[in-house]
Amino acid sequence: MYTLNIAIVIPFIVALFIPLLYKKFGRVHTGWFVLAVPVALFIYLAQFIPSIARGEVYFSEVPWIPSLGINFAAYLDGLSLILALLITGVGSLVVLYSIYYLSKERESLGHFYVYLLMFMGAMLGVVLSDNLMVLYLFWELTSISSFLLIAYWYHRRQSRYGAQKSMLITVTGGIGMLAGFIMLSTMTGTNSIREIIATIGQYTDHTLFIPAMLLVLLGAFTKSAQFPFHIWLPDAMEAPTPVSAYLHSATMVKAGIYLVARFTPVFGGDAVWFWVVSIVGLVTLFWGSFTAIRQTDLKALLAYSTISQLGLIMSLLGLGSAALYFDEATEATAYYSLAIFTALFHLINHSTFKGALFMVVGIVDHETGTRDIRKLGGLMTIMPITFTLAVIGSFAMAGLPPFNGFLSKEMFFTSTLRASELSFFSMETWGLMFPVVAWVASVLTFVYCMILVFKTFFGNYQPEKLEKKAHEAPLGMLIPPVILASLVVAFFFFPNIIGEYLIQPGYGAILPTFMEANLPDYDIAPWHGINTELLMTLGVVGFGIVLYRLWPSWSGIYALFPAKFSLDSLYNHTLMSVERRSTSLTNRYMTGNMYHYMVYIFIVIIVVVTGAIAYTGAFRFDPSNDAPISIYEAFIAVVMALTAIAIPFAKSRLTAILLNGVLGYLLALFFVFFRAPDLALTQLVVETVSASLFLLCFYFLPEWEKEKRKRKIKGINAIIALSVGTLVTMLALSVQSNRLFDSISAFYENAYELAGAQNIVNAILGDFRAFDTMLEVVVLLIAGIGVYVLIKLKANKGGRDVENK
Amino acid sequence: MKTNDVILHTVTKVAVFIILTYGVHLFLAGHYEPGGGFVGGLVLASAFVLLLLAFDIETVRLGMPIDFKLLAAAGAFISVGTGLAAMAFGVPFLSQTEISATVPILGEIPLASVVLFEAGVAFAVIGTVVTIIISISEDV
Repeated sequence: MYTLNIAIVIPFIVALFIPLLYKKFGRVHTGWFVLAVPVALFIYLAQFIPSIARGEVYFSEVPWIPSLGINFAAYLDGLSLILALLITGVGSLVVLYSIYYLSKERESLGHFYVYLLMFMGAMLGVVLSDNLMVLYLFWELTSISSFLLIAYWYHRRQSRYGAQKSMLITVTGGIGMLAGFIMLSTMTGTNSIREIIATIGQYTDHTLFIPAMLLVLLGAFTKSAQFPFHIWLPDAMEAPTPVSAYLHSATMVKAGIYLVARFTPVFGGDAVWFWVVSIVGLVTLFWGSFTAIRQTDLKALLAYSTISQLGLIMSLLGLGSAALYFDEATEATAYYSLAIFTALFHLINHSTFKGALFMVVGIVDHETGTRDIRKLGGLMTIMPITFTLAVIGSFAMAGLPPFNGFLSKEMFFTSTLRASELSFFSMETWGLMFPVVAWVASVLTFVYCMILVFKTFFGNYQPEKLEKKAHEAPLGMLIPPVILASLVVAFFFFPNIIGEYLIQPGYGAILPTFMEANLPDYDIAPWHGINTELLMTLGVVGFGIVLYRLWPSWSGIYALFPAKFSLDSLYNHTLMSVERRSTSLTNRYMTGNMYHYMVYIFIVIIVVVTGAIAYTGAFRFDPSNDAPISIYEAFIAVVMALTAIAIPFAKSRLTAILLNGVLGYLLALFFVFFRAPDLALTQLVVETVSASLFLLCFYFLPEWEKEKRKRKIKGINAIIALSVGTLVTMLALSVQSNRLFDSISAFYENAYELAGAQNIVNAILGDFRAFDTMLEVVVLLIAGIGVYVLIKLKANKGGRDVENK
Repeated sequence: MKTNDVILHTVTKVAVFIILTYGVHLFLAGHYEPGGGFVGGLVLASAFVLLLLAFDIETVRLGMPIDFKLLAAAGAFISVGTGLAAMAFGVPFLSQTEISATVPILGEIPLASVVLFEAGVAFAVIGTVVTIIISISEDV
């Protein structure tokens, strides 16, 4: 019953065997083995279409970490099905295409297909997971496999740069999304998205609601290249073209779209969600189409057009979420939900024509050796099939009949017009903005589509600028884009088939209440009569042609946005300055000077301990239990204090050593007074030994350090020393005055009965607490061996290490 | 001018025995009076140091061919070993015991396992201190 879970895992399992197949069957292109996986999965998933269209959903769960509520839960509904079919369907075509695109001899195919299968499995996991944490796991897996795929030609600097950039941006968003997921899960107490949707109504006033929403959106926006996080996508074009076609047009960038769609029932209906998603989508739509026009590299142009189209879908999802503002699902409120329906429709359309276009560009690149439109031209007669495919793809993208892009663009206009009629979310003032931006962006989209077709295939053929003699692509390379292009046309003529079987269920998954209310279905029709949308499209075509003709005269507008102020340079600058600043910050405090580190340590001690004492009010001075001070003790204490004070002021090192010895012997005397004969004995001997060792070192100190110089007195040292001294004194006094319980020494007074010893100290050392003594002995041994090794095994004067002898 | 250390040598020869005796006394008396393995070891070590001061390292080595590094290691080994030996008898690590035994000449005296432990401490202390002093002095 876990077939869905198995379907997710299959690509990973096959990926394991790819290196084996690659080595064993080197004569067969590894791609043929891989091709079976997405085809089989596609067929398997396609079987669900009828039942999903009837409104059924499939769910199966494999326990993974049940104690944390993390289970490998696969959930298939209309929305997941659309994405899963895209992943496997476009995946099959891309694998077929890559078989002809990537050379068996020159490329490391084993790596390529392992990464690609990893990506496919991860992507299926993203769209089929019901558990937040598992969704996140697959989300990051797509980032990682995409990183590997972008840097597939890792010997190129640009590939590595693009891979790093996409990794940094998408993972940053991913981590943000994880934080959002954790907030959601804390709020609702479950990790299951379906349960969250079911209960979210109680939590809309929760303080974490808005932060969780924004963080989830951050993840979605970075992944699907929304403004201002879109900058990674053009650099990801360094990947092999099948990768660009698959990841960066049809699947991975749609993960963000999927996430927004999936979470629309959770957050939709909230003004913040509506505004953020719509505005970001519109800005991305405009900016992507505006920037695409200035590109001279075909893949960069397609990258920006992808950004723009993703912005379109995103803004539609934002506009459609307004329908959830109303508590009840009626025909009037469903009026606004057309945008969601359109978003899904355009999602499918975009995958078909953008996949085809990327493959076309790949063919052009493969057969001419360049993607630069300044070098290309006049390929129409040389590559007629490719040209046809390019025309279909571009015109669909531009929104012309008879291609599917026309339908979704018309519906896009309808949705923006409807949104502008909204009377909440302060849409009265801003409503008109939506159709205007949409229209302007569509004009720009039209312009770059014209550039794509006309600059590549019309004009003069310039064989001298090309690396290869241009010719038509092999059949295998043409089949996948032909299939996609036929879909583009088929969707135009029979839109209601996918409308009924795919988009309606997907729409139902996003807006379940609207489906249950049994409202009239949306019909997609190419002809609505002469209405505003049609006039807008005519305007798009008219203005687009004018703009394309006059392109040289207005290209100066791009000088207003020089590269210096672009988001790319902001990214580069940020990355560099972060590195530079952190280096300089580290160098500033990691000086390598022991003195500074001591200062830090002491200051931390002062601040933390003083703070703790002040915070807990622990300081107490209570002399009532103290023993009386005898005259001898007072005298020794005074002498010790004077000696200690004299050490820092000693003019020579010898004096300091001797004064230190005086301190040691006076301490021994104190032990005598306080009746600790063992300690006194040990202290005397140890002091003697250490004083003589000091003298030994003194004698061997290098000549130049022998000069008797006055110690540098620094005010700050004095302050730190005084503070630490005061602090420790206060601490000791407080401890003495805060006796919480009696001493345990009474136990040791029975030393003779317990250990047969009349010397309690020795009984403690040798019997009661012998473990400490044992370890101290080991410490002493280690110290001795350390001294011996340091002296005997040091490098000789020539600087040659003892190991090199 | 040739230095003549005859007084130092003579005094050392006498003093070393007194110091050694006192060190052994401290070591043995530790259980009942001030003293014990650590202090005893230090005092014994100081006897060797005095020898080293009065004579030179080669002479001392000829007179007492002991590798003090091995002595230190043996001491640490004995200390840890007594602990392990206790475990062999099924009692916790480092448990000490004592028995009364009748020894010829001395008669009945208490024998405590803690003496072995303390001996380890003393050996480790002697070995370490003398190793350090010899290492540093040889480094001239």
